Amino acid sequence: MLDIAVAYNRYKFLGHEFLTWLWYLIENDRKSLTNEKNEIISLNIGNKVVFDNKTDNNTENIVIKGDDPGLEEGIIALKKGGFVTEIDFLFQEGEFQWKFIVKGESFSLNSLKAPETGNIEKKDDIEGALLEKIYLFEKPLLLIEALYKKFIKIRLSPKWNTEVVPLIKTWISK
Amino acid sequence: MGILSSSVSITRYNVKNKLTEPVMENIYNGLRKNTIEDIDKDSADKTIGWTSFENPYVPDFEGSSFVCGSYFIFSLRIDKKSVPVKLINKFLSLETEKRLKETDRKFLSRNEKKIIKDEVIDLLYRRIPAAPNIYDIIWNYEQNSIWFFSNLKAANEELETLFSKSFNLTLIRLFPYTDAYFIKDLSDTEKDLLTNLSPTKFSE
Repeated sequence: MLDIAVAYNRYKFLGHEFLTWLWYLIENDRKSLTNEKNEIISLNIGNKVVFDNKTDNNTENIVIKGDDPGLEEGIIALKKGGFVTEIDFLFQEGEFQWKFIVKGESFSLNSLKAPETGNIEKKDDIEGALLEKIYLFEKPLLLIEALYKKFIKIRLSPKWNTEVVPLIKTWISK
Repeated sequence: MGILSSSVSITRYNVKNKLTEPVMENIYNGLRKNTIEDIDKDSADKTIGWTSFENPYVPDFEGSSFVCGSYFIFSLRIDKKSVPVKLINKFLSLETEKRLKETDRKFLSRNEKKIIKDEVIDLLYRRIPAAPNIYDIIWNYEQNSIWFFSNLKAANEELETLFSKSFNLTLIRLFPYTDAYFIKDLSDTEKDLLTNLSPTKFSE
């Protein structure tokens, strides 16, 4: 395996491509949005998408924010050669909802809000509350891992250049 | 923000290798040997160590208190003191005046000024309590995985260093490359392809 610091910088683009691919699936191919059990899941863009656009000497940072944000400007950023650096996601399972931000560069999950759990009233409640939290945090983490695995398998196959990239390019150019 | 907060940030790690048996005892020893030390009455400006999740201000790992189901849960604590420059300047000025009067002189040598400054800083750091920062950790030993509840670069670096010192195990942060590299059914050919990837251009 490569040196960690070198790998972090050299392969940031994989995180950005993953987020772009996910956004494409959410908009165009929802049946491909599946979890680790291959079940179709409900994943949507929340209220923030961030793009970077590298021009000759500068990096332009574009933030699209707000409830139900119009992402047309994001498409324009992609057309100009920009890339998605972070997305605020909404993940729904039955009546439960998770909200979290994935940063393409680091893959850390930020501002993760899981469904509410019961109040802790006495010391004996802590272990149960912790295990419930772990179960709830695991859901979005496993989901992102499953989607990333799917992305990597496609990204390393000829299908990426022959099928996926042309579809994303067509979507951007519409 | 801790595990029980309404909003959390998580950095994921893969733990390289396993502890030798007995695992619980080795984890207990690693935590105990590197438990946070109090610096409130000390002149140190920073201290880093492990603390217990349930009672982070009175660390106690006795009775397997760090075990929760099949997970190990504890916290990294970083205590830091911060003395405002204006406060240092105020006491430095007062102390310089006092020294000049005592010696009946108009100026102090460079060396004397340095000694006074060091004394003032030492005094202030002893008086000011350290502000604690607590970052929770969930260690799934069976899965070789750690969730660290912070995405702050400095906190993550302190975690990696202290974890290695305490348990003699290496933490590998999961980001796009490492996350792909550790996919279980990735073949050697695919790993080679991964290493040779270059960015895709989506624009014409």
